[in-house]
Amino acid sequence: MSVQMITANRLHDGIVVYLAKGGVWTPRFAEGELLQDKAAADAALVVAEEAVKARQVVSVYLIDVAIEEGVPQPTNTREHIRASGGPTIEAEVGSWTGRIGD
Amino acid sequence: MYRYDEFDATFVRERVKQFRGQVERRLAGEITEEQFRPLRLQNGVYLQLHAYMLRVAIPYGTLSSRQLRKLGFIARRFDRGFGHFTTRQNIQYNWPQLDEIPAVLEHLAEVEMHAIQTSGNCIRNVTADHYAGVAVDEIEDPRVYAEIIRQWSTLHPEFAFLPRKFKIAVTGSPTDRAAVRVHDIGLRMLRNESGEAGFEVWVGGGLGRTPVIGVAIKKFLPKQHLLSYLESVLRVYNQLGRRDNLYKARIKILVTATGVEEFSRLVEEEWQSIKDSVLTLPQEEIDRIQAYFAPPAYESLPDWQPEFETARKANADFGRWLQSNVKPHRVPGYAIVDVSLKPESGAPGDASADQMDIVADLADEYSFGEIRVTHHQNLVLAHVRKQDLFALWQRLSASKMANANVGFITDMIACPGLDYCNLANARSIPVAQRISRHFGDPKRLAEIGDLRLNISGCINACGHHHVAHIGILGVDKQGEEFYQITLGGSSRDDASIGKIVGPAFSNEDVVDAIEKIVETYLDKRNDASERFIETYRRIGIDPFKESLYGNSQARRPAAE
Repeated sequence: MSVQMITANRLHDGIVVYLAKGGVWTPRFAEGELLQDKAAADAALVVAEEAVKARQVVSVYLIDVAIEEGVPQPTNTREHIRASGGPTIEAEVGSWTGRIGD
Repeated sequence: MYRYDEFDATFVRERVKQFRGQVERRLAGEITEEQFRPLRLQNGVYLQLHAYMLRVAIPYGTLSSRQLRKLGFIARRFDRGFGHFTTRQNIQYNWPQLDEIPAVLEHLAEVEMHAIQTSGNCIRNVTADHYAGVAVDEIEDPRVYAEIIRQWSTLHPEFAFLPRKFKIAVTGSPTDRAAVRVHDIGLRMLRNESGEAGFEVWVGGGLGRTPVIGVAIKKFLPKQHLLSYLESVLRVYNQLGRRDNLYKARIKILVTATGVEEFSRLVEEEWQSIKDSVLTLPQEEIDRIQAYFAPPAYESLPDWQPEFETARKANADFGRWLQSNVKPHRVPGYAIVDVSLKPESGAPGDASADQMDIVADLADEYSFGEIRVTHHQNLVLAHVRKQDLFALWQRLSASKMANANVGFITDMIACPGLDYCNLANARSIPVAQRISRHFGDPKRLAEIGDLRLNISGCINACGHHHVAHIGILGVDKQGEEFYQITLGGSSRDDASIGKIVGPAFSNEDVVDAIEKIVETYLDKRNDASERFIETYRRIGIDPFKESLYGNSQARRPAAE
């Protein structure tokens, strides 16, 4: 099994978040907890489901993570785009680069 | 423009209040996400890749300047300063907070707008020809009938839970500018032998994973029977459409499976039983709605205006813009102006809050305060005096909305793609941006001429790639984005579905592939008056295959 991480969207504003150590949700991919095996992933999913019940997040799921030169990275384009906090578009219209949810 | 009556206003206000309560209950934990999801979708709220998305209806694509300013205000106050105009004449906001959406809906209600039925398995926002009321070839203003259909279909109790979503488009001209042949129902106005105006009814068109050109099941429908006939089609679909398979639930599948003849017979049978019922449209009601769409107070102007002609000849850039972005108006001395939302390197259909304010101001100054949204993701100022065109062009140019590219290869339809959408497999907008840069030279654009290129980021085909002269479909191949190219599609009177030209291209290679296709066209066309689609239909797909893949691939059947 590859290394994994749990992601979701925050309920009240929909912003992409990752489950960090201590059951904390962070909008920064780099702060997400790396889950090294199935036991760790299962345990983290229990924590995440509790957060769903507590109305912190929705749409919880596991993503695969690759460690590239010591840095964790999502393994597919979709999750790369989510982790980047906005679209990959270069344009003057819009100001999406300015905001990562707190 | 149509104005809400007391019933409309009360209904929308109550609906906002109801949704506010539903959001509060969701945030308080009184309802689960499973219970909340259908409620939010019925109010146009999706959960997308990065955040919630709110889709707001712009009925038949007509806006007042006041409404457009409000859309800009919402973009600035509740979102990230921009919005995305869609192929269904809606606007989408990409980042609203769930807990603020009820406030957004309150603001929309203030200007007689809402997001009801912009999602879900119901009759969606009714679209219409964006040149309604001003097109030279128009028989009657299609918005009158689109508004009648809107009133009939909004919260129609029988059609709130259809097998799948249902899209209706109306054109009041014999020329199809509303893509009626690729809608679940398309209505095309024409005259019968006695000169009476009515509708040709097209059914079962659609794009998505199974693209189908609709069929005209009624050659002439008298206007007074419009609603009873639509109700009959919807009833047959509602009864017999598949509910067991999401991908086979649209009416196009039912029409194909049942057979056009049998489907038409079933509709006719149903229609005979309700034809002369309460759904018959009295002429007084048509006249009442018609009054809302009465022409503005045009001045009496000469069509030939020397100052305009002088400016046209003196400024080549202005001249090019007139050629591509300005269309003839039915009233002498006036013109229709397409406001391009496809600047070089831009995201097709995106407009900033500032641009929305600017267009609203320009509409007040030059176009009777009215704006249209096109299904090609542009805006229109529909009533501009010819003598004002030069000043308007300068103002639009200063705001990057005067790219002289309407109808050209860079006037692309592009879905939000994998940059925003939960369903997408590949990105659309960055590819569109690269194509717009590659073909950025206005002289070359004009030389290439009429060429439609559309891009979808997945098989759901929101970017209408099937009906583009050149279509691009993003696919995922083992985690990498690839782009499949189709040729020969059209959404107009000569509607056709494009054919796959061959194996897909990598993200890196796709723009070069488009260049080769364009070069092949320029090389093979008889002369500059032969449009891309005409050349393609004359010479077929093989020369394009050859230029893309070499001789070895030219005779192979389409793969992928």
